[in-house]
Amino acid sequence: MLGPFDYWLWAIGFVLEASVVVCVISSRSLTRYYAVAIYMFCRVAIGCLYYLCIARFGIGSEQYHSLYYYTESLLTILLFCVIIQFYQQVFADMGVNRYVRGGASMLLFATALFSYVVIHRHSEHLTKQFVVEFGQNLYFVGVVLTYALWAAILHFRETRARLIHLVLALGLYFSGTAATYALRNLFPSMQSFALQWVPPIFGVLLPLAWGYTFWRVPEEARILRYQLEGRTAR
Amino acid sequence: MISALICVVSAAALAQFFVCYCRAVLASTRNVELSERVRELAGVTGRSIGAGDFGRLLQFLFLCPEHNSYQGQVRAVGIYYRMLDIAGRIGGALIPSVAALTERDQIACAHFAAVVLDRRISHSREMFARQASSHP
Repeated sequence: MLGPFDYWLWAIGFVLEASVVVCVISSRSLTRYYAVAIYMFCRVAIGCLYYLCIARFGIGSEQYHSLYYYTESLLTILLFCVIIQFYQQVFADMGVNRYVRGGASMLLFATALFSYVVIHRHSEHLTKQFVVEFGQNLYFVGVVLTYALWAAILHFRETRARLIHLVLALGLYFSGTAATYALRNLFPSMQSFALQWVPPIFGVLLPLAWGYTFWRVPEEARILRYQLEGRTAR
Repeated sequence: MISALICVVSAAALAQFFVCYCRAVLASTRNVELSERVRELAGVTGRSIGAGDFGRLLQFLFLCPEHNSYQGQVRAVGIYYRMLDIAGRIGGALIPSVAALTERDQIACAHFAAVVLDRRISHSREMFARQASSHP
């Protein structure tokens, strides 16, 4: 049964996701950040699909649970495409985009294989275990990819404020959700009273931070490394 | 075992991303000069803004009529300020340099709040002037 807070989170998330698409288009950044716009558009479309599924089959139905976990994994994989686009922007001057794409695809394949091996060992309780385990692994790969991207941004002294804001917000989303999934795996009883709210809250914070970035941070704005390290200029 | 490791590593990454995100938000206002009007209001005329001014500036911000702009960022910076406060109290007692580090970022938080307050006051005045000119 959905409560008022669930509906509020869903509505806020839906509006924010749609507004990110509008902000990307209106700030004339579609060619540079098309992966962000596609990802947010898919989230909006899947949000509509959830609504239809709940209205037809109910929140506790098998159909809704299958749709939810299936689309969530798909959206996470789509989010990897966003990371790859960010990598391409950071490494644009070095001409290594081919290797970036190859490396990210290999990592994704390795995660799927690892998850399969883990689940194969515990095949007697497959369904619930599988989705939580796979979700945890996918989000953790996201944390690793985003952290490596962040390290590259610091190493190559990337100064584009918009890109930095987008990457940091993505890092917050991945790490917060991966930690929650891992806690769910460790303490399944916590899911019903505390952990069920955390992923939707992070899911709302991501479009909020991205929307703010496209709305308020101009493409030409710059951040210097010493400012991110909390130091004062020499 | 793997879940525990993922949980610890992700929580550590979350903390680091949060600190860097707040610093990126603070960096956008770091070099903005404060107007005399906001200096007077905050009671910092003739001196630089201090870490302790944040609470008062935040109260002024919530009194200001234009509430929606920068609200999310103000909230994130507010959480960051409180985290720094706790880290400064605990870490500063053990290592004095930690207190200096946290204070520097707390001053940046106070400066951010002052800049947002300045923008809100300017926006409110513009709105008031526009209303006054449209209804003579």
